[in-house]
Amino acid sequence: MSLLALRDVHVRFNTAAGVVRAVSGVSLDLAKGETLGLVGESGCGKSTLGKAIMKLVPVAGGEILVEGVDIAPLDRRQLTDMRRKVQMIFQDPYGSLNPRSTVGRSVAQPMVLAGWTAEATAERVETLLRWVGLPTDAKQRFPHEFSGGQRQRIGIARALALSPKLIICDEPVSALDVSVRAQVINLLEDLKGEFGVSYLFISHDLSVVEHIADRVAVMYLGTLAEVGGRDQIWRSPQHPYTKALLAAAPVANPKLARSRQRTVLQGELPSPLDPPAGCPFHSRCPIAQDRCRAEKPVLRPVGGGALAACHFV
Amino acid sequence: MALPLDVRDLSTTLFTRRGEMKAVDGLSLSVGAGETVALVGESGCGKSLSALSIMRLLPDPPARIVGGEVLLNGRDLVVLPEEGMLDIRGQEIGMIFQDPMSSLNPVATVEKQIAEVLMTHTELGRGQARVRAHELLELVGMPDAGRRLDAYPHQLSGGMCQRVVIAMAIACSPSVLIADEPTTALDVTVQAQVLALLKKLQADAGMAMVFITHDLGVVAETADRVVVMYAGRKVEEATVDELFETPLHPYTAGLIGATPVPGAARAERLADIPGMVPPLNALPQGCAFAPRCPRVMARCRQERPKLTQPAPGRLVACFAAERG
Repeated sequence: MSLLALRDVHVRFNTAAGVVRAVSGVSLDLAKGETLGLVGESGCGKSTLGKAIMKLVPVAGGEILVEGVDIAPLDRRQLTDMRRKVQMIFQDPYGSLNPRSTVGRSVAQPMVLAGWTAEATAERVETLLRWVGLPTDAKQRFPHEFSGGQRQRIGIARALALSPKLIICDEPVSALDVSVRAQVINLLEDLKGEFGVSYLFISHDLSVVEHIADRVAVMYLGTLAEVGGRDQIWRSPQHPYTKALLAAAPVANPKLARSRQRTVLQGELPSPLDPPAGCPFHSRCPIAQDRCRAEKPVLRPVGGGALAACHFV
Repeated sequence: MALPLDVRDLSTTLFTRRGEMKAVDGLSLSVGAGETVALVGESGCGKSLSALSIMRLLPDPPARIVGGEVLLNGRDLVVLPEEGMLDIRGQEIGMIFQDPMSSLNPVATVEKQIAEVLMTHTELGRGQARVRAHELLELVGMPDAGRRLDAYPHQLSGGMCQRVVIAMAIACSPSVLIADEPTTALDVTVQAQVLALLKKLQADAGMAMVFITHDLGVVAETADRVVVMYAGRKVEEATVDELFETPLHPYTAGLIGATPVPGAARAERLADIPGMVPPLNALPQGCAFAPRCPRVMARCRQERPKLTQPAPGRLVACFAAERG
């Protein structure tokens, strides 16, 4: 049984300009102990999908199963139980911490809600701060006294509080400087090794995802373009969008950067208010044909355990 | 002939209530025609303030240039009166900032904003400026350029806005282009388009380009030469190949180790640099990088290393690198 299973998940937002189909028909599995990278450009629906799993946005259709249990019909109490298993960290750690609460109080909140004693809570807070590499006196201080990297550590400590099985990481290192980014990535990997926690790692930064993920799902305009093992995706991407995305990512190696041939993808993401008919990628696709404009491709096996949604691979 | 841009020993200090902070401390930077020099470092290292100092766009107070020269085609901009700078900005130096939305006037059409640059610096009339604005939009690869002339910035995507900003920056064929994180706010496929565009425009016009970025991937893709800054000072300079192959300064090596390279053999762990960039008002004595440095020696905590030249065209400020 998968730790997390998404079955044909849809998320829609009603806006003044019309209905935005942020996520339309995503199915994915995440195994215990696995890190699944979810990549795509802004507006592709990757963060919305993460929030849908946390029930932070309403789901319009499909099922989200955590350890086989559909989270849609859960009442308040059952939802609290579910959230012990699934936690989330965000891009802007400052925005996700109460500026008027001490760090100790913020990190203790999950234990307080779970009804722990004051003593056990205090002990747990110290352990958590130690795990994420913060000084113990951090608990009396306020979020503004910390740097961006330290704030992200606070967010991670809080997410770890009740020993979750899955942490949804929504662009957790995008706001951090290079040297600090590496510290946080290493911390996430250490914690995974120690506690066997799984990650859904949402990011636009392909080099970071390639470093951290076991499997990768590529999203485009609310749908999955390709899903496969990390090496599979990087060595032999199948979907034209995956190929274009990899070709566009800058490579921190001047010789490699010069030697590879790149086809720069033309155009920009279409508006999710008015997605193209047929394949969502056809308006920018170098190999699009008439069929792509009429018929939406479904995800199907393309060899090596990978799945791609393209008529011509 | 004088270099398009030759910055010599430039120092900019922030005068604040909490004391004086040397935001840019003795920076030298020269850029030849057709050359791209990347200015690299993490936030707070002084790279954006260096660019603003060159353009004389510093907010004063608190920032003021306290020393050095900025030679633009042989003429020192530091001593030029503000009226003189008005002629130079947009005409001899173009500038592109990170956030295209805030570089554009939200209540003026694309055509009006490009035409304004042209009418300020050239003899073109309104009608001719409109024609030229259309040509420039075509040149920067604006899709459906004719129709976009009368669009307002909010009607355009981030990538298209950045193309408008680039069109304005190159409207008067400047000899120097300063690009401050021009693709940081853009999606990766759009970033690739904008980088390719900048390279092409630069090659065609032979512009000298200063490219400011924190992203070593972008450096590897665009730069000929690289200047690495830390805490307001230049700590290393090299050609892009030399820098990535044999970084001499431990900070440069740390940055490279901390950046994953897709397709390369997967390292178990990224090499991280402990700690963080020190605030400018609390710089340590001696080398500013010493508290985070894996090769730190007793001397580094006492004395600040000067730039030395271990090989032609290479500079490094590090005692450990001097010892080899």
